[in-house]
Amino acid sequence: MEIKLTLNGRSLTASIGADTLLIDLVRDHGCYSVKRGCETANCGLCTVLLDGTPVLSCSVLAARVAGRHVQTLEGLQEEAADFVGFIADQGAEQCGFCNPGFVMNTIALLRENHDPTDDEIRAYLAGNLCRCSGYEGQLRGIRAYLDSRKEARA
Amino acid sequence: MLTIGQYVRPESLDEAYALCQKKSSVVLGGMLWLKMQHRSVGTAIDLCGLGLDRIEETETGYRIGAMVPLRALETHAGLAALTQGAMAEALRHIVGVQFRNCATVGGSLWGRFGFSDVLTLFLALDAAVTLHHAGEMPLADFAALPRVTRDILTHVTLPKASQRAVYLSQRNISTDFPVLAVALSERDGRYTCAVGARPMPAAAFADEKGALAQGITEDSARAFAADIAARAVLGGNLRAGADYRRAVCEVLVRRAALALSKEG
Repeated sequence: MEIKLTLNGRSLTASIGADTLLIDLVRDHGCYSVKRGCETANCGLCTVLLDGTPVLSCSVLAARVAGRHVQTLEGLQEEAADFVGFIADQGAEQCGFCNPGFVMNTIALLRENHDPTDDEIRAYLAGNLCRCSGYEGQLRGIRAYLDSRKEARA
Repeated sequence: MLTIGQYVRPESLDEAYALCQKKSSVVLGGMLWLKMQHRSVGTAIDLCGLGLDRIEETETGYRIGAMVPLRALETHAGLAALTQGAMAEALRHIVGVQFRNCATVGGSLWGRFGFSDVLTLFLALDAAVTLHHAGEMPLADFAALPRVTRDILTHVTLPKASQRAVYLSQRNISTDFPVLAVALSERDGRYTCAVGARPMPAAAFADEKGALAQGITEDSARAFAADIAARAVLGGNLRAGADYRRAVCEVLVRRAALALSKEG
């Protein structure tokens, strides 16, 4: 079957199978930031934004996104650039495999909640697993970004 | 591995129902559980074009479409007020925000999963479900239906009656399925305690002995909890044994009763 969607701001017509998953569709179109992790909807590595909402692309049928807007990290570089340096400064990542999923969900968090508390950050990112670092580095990085933003406004 | 022969977006519930009568057809919910199965689906029926993704407030309650994501329930101000936060408390532990944006209330209830936080809470809230063919029925009756039914769950209704509600769960680790879940509600002096993750599907219990009839105190909460823990059929699985669940059940029910007394 053939579907039309918008991928990272560009119109796309794609030929897919009835059981093609969104993760395979976006990776087939060059979005390699979307990682295949657990494939059981538990790790958050495959997070993409569907009409602005974070979803697990390993569990969404590609047919379901017909007519909708899909964004991956490839299309959100500018928005991500605001805070990823703060995460890197904390040495939050080791292997880095979980990073795109974390970044995508952090973008969704900060769009929804401009000034989250540490508990709100933890709750929102609970569906992103990192097997290297223990999460404190990511939390410190996001906190440092939020603090720097507040200082800049003061 | 899941394979799907054809994907269809019906334009009406009648069309969806007709498609659903074939044994190889499956109605898609959030697809999270379905995708984990080794299964060959003939026709995947996607209800996403039928306007079932809305939460409507009526004079008597909330009418929730089957395709409403769990995250929408979790963040809905009206449902938060109706349940004094129990809705968000029941849902916030389920994997992560992205998962809850995919998972639907219809899929969660249709599966009648043993681990379901959703089924546990909605049983205590006296919910009703609407099936396209069979019509409206109490959720408790639906939960007892044989799983072979080929109807389509279209809506869930929560009564807006004045009530108090509390949800508590015990987990071995955050975001995991619960070891045990308890939802307690009170409407017009009538208490309903749903116990989920037994590990069998949730079951609802009334205060048959009237332990809380004279009000909730430390002693009456303890008596109520002992009664529920004694009556609930509990089992063991890899998360916990039946005896541990019974001990947890008694603690959670007592805490839920005491928390309910503080809801005003």
